[in-house]
Amino acid sequence: MSKKERKIEYQIDSDFILRKKKSIKKELLKKDNLIEKNVAILGGSTTSEIKNILEIFLLDNGINPNFYESQYNKYYEDALFGNEELDKFNPDIVYIHTSNKNIVAFPELGSSEEEITTLLKNEVKRYKSIWSSLSRFNCAIIQNNFEYTVDRSLGNLDCYDIHGKTHFINQLNNEFSKGAREIKSLYINDINYLSSYIGLKNWFDRSLWYQAKYALSMGSIPELAFNISKIIGAIFGRTKKCLVLDLDNTCWGGVIGDDGLDGIYIGIETAIAESFTSFQKYAKELKQRGITLAVCSKNDFKNAREGFEHPDSVLKFDDFTSFKANWDPKYENIVDIAKEINIGTDALVFIDDNPAERDIVSSQVPSVVVPNVGNDVIHFIDHIDRNGYFEPTSLLADDINRNEYYEGNKKRSEDESTFKSYDEFLVSLSMIAEIKSFSSMYLDRITQLINKTNQFNLTTKRYTAGEIERMSSSNEYIKIYGKLTDKYGDNGLIAATIGRIEDNQCHIDLWLMSCRVLKRDMEFAMLDELVRQCKEKDISEIVGYFYKTAKNNIVSDLYDKFGFRLRSKDNEDTIWNLNISHYTNENKFIRVQND
Amino acid sequence: MTRSDVFRSVQDICRDIYDEDNLDIRDSNNSDVIEDWDSLDRINLVSAVEREFQIKFALDELATFQNYGSLIDLIIEKLK
Repeated sequence: MSKKERKIEYQIDSDFILRKKKSIKKELLKKDNLIEKNVAILGGSTTSEIKNILEIFLLDNGINPNFYESQYNKYYEDALFGNEELDKFNPDIVYIHTSNKNIVAFPELGSSEEEITTLLKNEVKRYKSIWSSLSRFNCAIIQNNFEYTVDRSLGNLDCYDIHGKTHFINQLNNEFSKGAREIKSLYINDINYLSSYIGLKNWFDRSLWYQAKYALSMGSIPELAFNISKIIGAIFGRTKKCLVLDLDNTCWGGVIGDDGLDGIYIGIETAIAESFTSFQKYAKELKQRGITLAVCSKNDFKNAREGFEHPDSVLKFDDFTSFKANWDPKYENIVDIAKEINIGTDALVFIDDNPAERDIVSSQVPSVVVPNVGNDVIHFIDHIDRNGYFEPTSLLADDINRNEYYEGNKKRSEDESTFKSYDEFLVSLSMIAEIKSFSSMYLDRITQLINKTNQFNLTTKRYTAGEIERMSSSNEYIKIYGKLTDKYGDNGLIAATIGRIEDNQCHIDLWLMSCRVLKRDMEFAMLDELVRQCKEKDISEIVGYFYKTAKNNIVSDLYDKFGFRLRSKDNEDTIWNLNISHYTNENKFIRVQND
Repeated sequence: MTRSDVFRSVQDICRDIYDEDNLDIRDSNNSDVIEDWDSLDRINLVSAVEREFQIKFALDELATFQNYGSLIDLIIEKLK
């Protein structure tokens, strides 16, 4: 079944999903490469159908969940005091499904300002104790904020008088947001937004509440589950990285090759022009927060480029990291774009107003996401936004700068050709690396890198922020990160290695690097530092593991290149070891600063 | 909509929910099938019926039906 037939992406068909959930699930379980995750649902109301539908959306995202479901309204008890089943379950994700029905006490009309402040504090305190208790699992916590109540006996005053329910909920939600900014592993599931998007009157169903204690309508459950799945997907690195755009009738109205620069619609002079401008603005916002942009268009390069010289064009030629405008089939160009940017084709989202082009790309390169956007630009933003393709878990300085690295990469590849040898090129880069043990300042970035790196990754082990934090303060691990700067700029933190120490051996549980620094010998610099730290701890042997996945073929021979000896082989998974007593440093091109 | 149309729609809904293409329900007031369900199954059926027929049952109506026969009676009543 295609996405379209399954109706489980924007616009999702709730009735269809609720009725066909069993057959949809059966179909999705046939997918390859599903990863298993333990998801605990702690509910403040009934969660049965939420669990069933969430399972479908997670499967569609490549995640096969095991569930723990708390007894009815036992979210607080389970979180604070646990129980044998939950403790054994050891969740990767805890989802706390609370709603305004769980607010213990709203302000009363006679309450003083002080009393209301106390009410608010007590309510927030309950959740803070939940979040801090749950830190025992080192897992990600997803917490609903609060939706507004449908009834508001104070009318419009409800939102600004301190006795109003709406006012109280707004304050609570602010406190939740603060909490999530402070606690790294806490993510807010914004049902306040979601219920407004769907409409509060559709969101809540009084009859269903009285009958079965569901805090939202049946029809809203798929939207809720879809939203949760976007957060979970982002936590496990399912977020897309690059938006690929067609040009004519996608970035501007009209056909640049026929209509010329003066003939295309862009700007604010007409309604049509404005609709394209809005779309360009949205793409520009994505770019500003680290999403890479590319063009894939059937056009003469010169014409295509000229389109972005239009004075009203929000996007400029330089905004695109890869720009393919030619007459080759688009699926070939798309594959080239992925190669050029150095990401997998499954990190691309392709937007084109032409259904034939969409079909051919999605049939030839099925891993590319090609939403069925129709042919009217007015709907394009919704397809990108509502599907959460680019859902971030946080905004890191590294994300915002990432595009600069990629652009720097382009310049670097241009330079390569003018050197006599590759070594000479590497020397010219004047590379300086910082390779040190994990420090708290970088834990966010390290966690992010670990959970989204697929290609240069020997074991593809994923860790939560809590686990990383624990290892970084433990003596049983060698854990080093690498940052690399060169004459074109700072590449940021791009490598991480974790070695587990056991009986004078160092087992490399994790070895990964961002593909934006491929072929720079950074891996050798990392190995040098790993060996140095091993020697300090009187370790004589390093054991390396390669676990084959669909994406990490690029490192299948890494340990061989490092001079490790093959110890055993199980299908395509291999185990290697290296005696380090006579090890000499391998990196020749990078100046290293270490601990 | 005739009674047999309603019956077929309800049967289709049940087939979807249980993912059993050959599931047959009985349009009879003697069958006790629904009573065997847990309350959440019952809710899922009722809300699927409500969405399919674009109707909304009142709480006291929901308390009355015990089997497919009486559910179908109720739907026909609401559709009038």
